[in-house]
Amino acid sequence: MRRVFPALKAAAVAAVIALTPAASQAAGEAIHVPDTKFSFDGIFGTFDRASAQRGFQVYKEVCSACHSMRQLSYRHLTGIGLTAAQIEALASQFQVQDGPNDNGEMFERPARPSDRFRRPFANDAAARAANNGALPPDLSVMVKAREGGADYMHALLTGYADPPEGVSVMEGMYYNKYFPGHQIAMAPPINSDGQVTYADGTTATIDQMSKDVSTFLAWAAEPELEQRRAMGVRMIIFLSILGALVYAVKRKIWADVH
Amino acid sequence: MAAGHHDSDEVSDASTGVHHLHDSKVKNPVLRWIDQRMPVISMIQLEYGSFPTPRNFNYFWNFGALAMITLAIMIATGVVLSMQYAANTMLAFDSVERIMRDVNYGWLLRYAHANGASMFFIVVYIHIWRGLYYGSYKTPRELLWMLGVVLFILMMATAFMGYVLPWGQMSFWGATVITNLFSALPLVGQHIVTWLWGGFSVDNPTLNRFFSLHYLLPFVIVGVTFLHVVALHITGSNNPLGIEPKTKKDTVPFHPYYTMKDSVGIVVYLIVFAVLVFFMPNYLGHPDNYIPANPLVTPAHIVPEWYFLPFYAILRAVPDKLGGVAMMGGALVVLFFLPWLDSSPVRSMRFRPIAKWLFLLWTVNFFVLTWVGGKPAEPPYIQIAQICTAYYFAYFLVILPLLAKFERPLPLPESIAAAVLPRRGGGPLPAGATAKPMEKA
Repeated sequence: MRRVFPALKAAAVAAVIALTPAASQAAGEAIHVPDTKFSFDGIFGTFDRASAQRGFQVYKEVCSACHSMRQLSYRHLTGIGLTAAQIEALASQFQVQDGPNDNGEMFERPARPSDRFRRPFANDAAARAANNGALPPDLSVMVKAREGGADYMHALLTGYADPPEGVSVMEGMYYNKYFPGHQIAMAPPINSDGQVTYADGTTATIDQMSKDVSTFLAWAAEPELEQRRAMGVRMIIFLSILGALVYAVKRKIWADVH
Repeated sequence: MAAGHHDSDEVSDASTGVHHLHDSKVKNPVLRWIDQRMPVISMIQLEYGSFPTPRNFNYFWNFGALAMITLAIMIATGVVLSMQYAANTMLAFDSVERIMRDVNYGWLLRYAHANGASMFFIVVYIHIWRGLYYGSYKTPRELLWMLGVVLFILMMATAFMGYVLPWGQMSFWGATVITNLFSALPLVGQHIVTWLWGGFSVDNPTLNRFFSLHYLLPFVIVGVTFLHVVALHITGSNNPLGIEPKTKKDTVPFHPYYTMKDSVGIVVYLIVFAVLVFFMPNYLGHPDNYIPANPLVTPAHIVPEWYFLPFYAILRAVPDKLGGVAMMGGALVVLFFLPWLDSSPVRSMRFRPIAKWLFLLWTVNFFVLTWVGGKPAEPPYIQIAQICTAYYFAYFLVILPLLAKFERPLPLPESIAAAVLPRRGGGPLPAGATAKPMEKA
């Protein structure tokens, strides 16, 4: 009778593992998102700093025309390897509103590292008005907010194509292989090789820029990822040793009553 | 007692007064002084030290302790998180993200708390399963079982309200769907919904009260857990054989035997927990909850957290809204009556050759309900959910009441010791034969 338990336990574990993604993927027909190889894949993966910095450049020169990243401050960019001096210089390029001053007036000043990323629009209505009625979503946690994460970002940015035979796309919309429903209001944002000029000499292909900005967005969504995984590895090693010791003590204590 | 002169006998009685103090066995004079006046140390020694516990627990008996540990972790992380969280629709989402980025180890606290909820349900589902398989709900443990069902329902309410707090899309729409269930009640339904919301839609007042209740209910859970343990320590634990201990040979003191065996389980539990928190913190969540709540955009599929899926499947299996709500509630309420629905006096399924397989089928059935709960409400999932719902109830309402009339249980062992200790020379165990240490896997 005890025999049923190992089998049952295995079945239970397998079922939990098999069922939960099914639950979270319930939304919509599944579009297969191709797997992109990222530096931060796997348990020991880390963010490729150079790629993330190039990705930030893409965000700054392309995406930030429409997309805010309201959860991020310039000072956070130390996480992708910028120095304090670089961040200070970078922030000062942007004018942000501050105030009210002693006269009760709002005023513009250069941004400081502690300021949030400057937002492209004053509010959602202004963003819609400038974008054909569509609201460009905030990108701070976008990688965590979409099934497929960074793979999906890369696929989406490189997934623009002519609609297949018999598929018509509405006025002002674009066909994308990986967007749910395939019609997206965002015009292909990364659309020509050399759209940005990388300081480190990397060739700015559409694929490279898309991958870099996906890396940057992955970091922006989970800036704690490296610290988290490093702590996790130490934790598992510690618990495994502790577990072996505890189990040995348990066996010893129980030896005299079996 | 009049002021002034006292009777001499009375004075000496009051001055010595030994019989008013607890007869403490604690050696340390300071602790002894405390224990004589407030015998918590004696109580712990009695209830968790020398407490006689069946010697034959398997690792399924770890899960009560694991649930207790999880509750402690949830309260500890939750109290700290609430110091940084802002329960306001304009601020909630951003305050959670701030915890993730700018609060020292905030990501650890939040991921531990969010995954802790999943761990809590994994642990409690196994704990309940253990009770069902080994008949722990049967007399004299009916009240113990019912308090457990109360705890389960309180947990569900707490988890549901906790999931609303980050104010993402699934928070908002989950809250809308679940609170709307009450509108199915005739006459008063809509009024109850308005009352729950504190307005005419899920909005700031709803978030405020959910936060308040999410902070309150865990302490109610602590209280009911205390009663659960009090009830447990009156009847004593059930065990895999489902027979009561008869002599001292059938039991071991809780400490060090089960404190140690529970410790093994706790470390294994922490490893699983750590894998979730450190390597797949969002695996059990839904990506939509990283989109700020938007009352104007409904997600394509509103899915509850995984631990509610079986009950969500039952809800949607019934085409009628009120009927669905009644069935979902009934799926929990039926558990209260289980001690009286099961007519067999044999507790452990080990000795119930037919019930065992019907219960394992019920277990599979429960997994299938979980699976269909996450699927869209359309054929064939609806039909599968209906069949599974029927079996869920049939097991409790038809099979368990009637089965004992047909089933011939296997012979029960004469005692726990006789069943689990190695026999010498084939004969019954002579007294003292256990003295020699034996290794047993």
